Amino acid sequence: MAEPPPPVLVVAGAVKEYGAAVKTRALAGVDLTIGPGELTALIGPSGSGKSTLLNLIGLLDRPTAGTIVLGGHDTSTLDERGLTALRARMLGFVFQFHHLLPAFTALENVLLPSWGDRGRPTADARAAAEAMLRAVGLADRLHYKATDLSGGQQQRVAIARALAHRPPLVLADEPTGNLDTASSAEVFALMRRFNRELGTTFIVVTHDPRIADQCDRIVELVDGRVVSDRPVPPAPG
Amino acid sequence: MSFAWFVALRYMRDARGQTALILAAVAVGVSVIVFLSALIGGLQTSLIAKTLGSQPHVTLRVPREAPRPLVEPGPDLAVARDVTERAQRLRSIDQWPSVMRTAEGVAGVIAASPSITGAGFAVRGEATSPVVVRGVDPERFLAIIDVRARLIAGRYELDGGGVVIGSKLAAELGVTVGDKLRLSSSEGRDDVVTVRGLFTLGNEGVDGTWVLTGLRHAQALYGLPGGVTTVELKVADVFAAERVAAEVRARTGLRADSWMAINRELLEGLSAQSSSKLMIQFFVIVAVALGIASVLIVSVVQKSREIGILRAVGTPAWRISLVFLLQGGVLGVLGSFAGSAFGALLSRLFEDATRDVTGAVRFPVTLDLELFALATAIATGVGLLAAVIPARRAARMDPATAIRNG
Ligand SMILES: Nc1ncnc2c1ncn2[C@@H]1O[C@H](COP(=O)(O)OP(=O)(O)O)[C@@H](O)[C@H]1O
Ligand SMILES: [Mg+2]
Repeated sequence: MAEPPPPVLVVAGAVKEYGAAVKTRALAGVDLTIGPGELTALIGPSGSGKSTLLNLIGLLDRPTAGTIVLGGHDTSTLDERGLTALRARMLGFVFQFHHLLPAFTALENVLLPSWGDRGRPTADARAAAEAMLRAVGLADRLHYKATDLSGGQQQRVAIARALAHRPPLVLADEPTGNLDTASSAEVFALMRRFNRELGTTFIVVTHDPRIADQCDRIVELVDGRVVSDRPVPPAPG
Repeated sequence: MSFAWFVALRYMRDARGQTALILAAVAVGVSVIVFLSALIGGLQTSLIAKTLGSQPHVTLRVPREAPRPLVEPGPDLAVARDVTERAQRLRSIDQWPSVMRTAEGVAGVIAASPSITGAGFAVRGEATSPVVVRGVDPERFLAIIDVRARLIAGRYELDGGGVVIGSKLAAELGVTVGDKLRLSSSEGRDDVVTVRGLFTLGNEGVDGTWVLTGLRHAQALYGLPGGVTTVELKVADVFAAERVAAEVRARTGLRADSWMAINRELLEGLSAQSSSKLMIQFFVIVAVALGIASVLIVSVVQKSREIGILRAVGTPAWRISLVFLLQGGVLGVLGSFAGSAFGALLSRLFEDATRDVTGAVRFPVTLDLELFALATAIATGVGLLAAVIPARRAARMDPATAIRNG
């Protein structure tokens, strides 16, 4: 029998507490293993710890206890520089409030991750950024200021930004939370497409059951614990 | 273009209004620095040039004769005394040619001239004026004080009973070029001389008393055949005069007075002026630095979300710091260019506006490249320094906090 491929991400016993005097336990021991190419929905009520978990996986914050192993790297041994470098190479981010840089064009926004990491834009990075913007249907908006784009267009730029440097894992925190139904469907369809075409692994936090149902797997958090973790049955027809 | 440059310039361009305002503030600050330096530098240079126009840099003479007490105080004898300086006789410097050679051998000395300096009277008809007789070697003396360049009438000729005198003295005696006058020395000798030229050195005392004559003629008037009473030196760096004087003093045992010692009050005044100039400039620099720092701190706070995103997508903290350091540096450089130009303009306008009735410049300003280079270096340094706190703050921005909802 063939060995199963190594997981992209292993979260083991992750605990996160906030506050010094009065402690809030945002995560109370989370175990989660994500295999390559999975598109996982992370759901749960507001305040259940979804963003906290995504921040830990995204190496933006450190767990109070437990470990995060990303692409085989035990992140607890890394210093700030090491975490930053690993973020640049392993991860893509899509945030709820798209968070484009308003002073920059669509193309510049997409280039920023590789530019910020390497210091200089390479011809390859530029070509990849342009290709990515074309792929999200914004070929004619490359040089538009981020602020001159609609919400749906901005979120598509954000997806292009998260994917242009071809990270193995993309984290999306309520990427459609601020969009109308049509734009939401469009944006999710893009993620679904890139997951299939590029084999990129996605973890998508969402409140929208229609979106969750189109994922491969649904993980539900309540009060900082995983209460259910199930595969989505393939859509009928 | 590197990431940090690109982002820094884009932020500055994007906040045009803010950038223009702080640039204007830096430029005004730098122009004050440039203008003050140009004005005070110009004033001091012209004051010193004026002072040195009628004075040797260093003068060597025989040491004063100390008063000799008639009774020496002893262990069992207290002496109450009232010391009166002895009247100083004119005395020649021993072996003066060798003294000249020694002085010329001291580093920094570029010319030496022997002279006799004595008191006397000039008489012309009913008019009598006290004078200072300066017997000099005509060519050597020109290296010390360029009288030839300051002649207003006649020629610089000191041979054969010719003298060249100050214009004010000539006016007092009512003489002009070609007239004769009687010169009597403090040694009681006198002679009739012919006025060959008149000079104005710009110093009232000198222009009203000096009578320049040949060295040999003066030796005869003062009964010092072959002797000289002073040796005057010119030095390469006028502000090294005191150091040179000390060296010559040590080597020859003579009294050596530098122009700096003689004009101590002038120099103290100039140095006080320089200190207050520096103080004003210092506070201007502090104000400029605070301006830059506050603009950048506001910018860091405004952009905390964007900084968080850049950090989240993998930009190292030091590169984020660099973005703000560069903004500080660019503000300093651009502000200092604008400020240097504005300061130069201001200086020229001031120079023009303060011309006297004849159109001559009363307050000359000194604008040199060094000043602009210094202003630019200071402004750039201040810009960078002012950006340190904002840059550190930007680097410490926590990406998780920065991107949290809202
Ligand atoms: N920086 C923080 N400081 C203190 N408490 C926090 C912080 N971030 C999140 N929390 C708390 O942790 C819990 C989980 O929050 P969060 O992960 O944002 O939930 P979700 O994204 O599922 O809505 C909440 O109770 C929230 O108030
Ligand atoms: Mg959340």
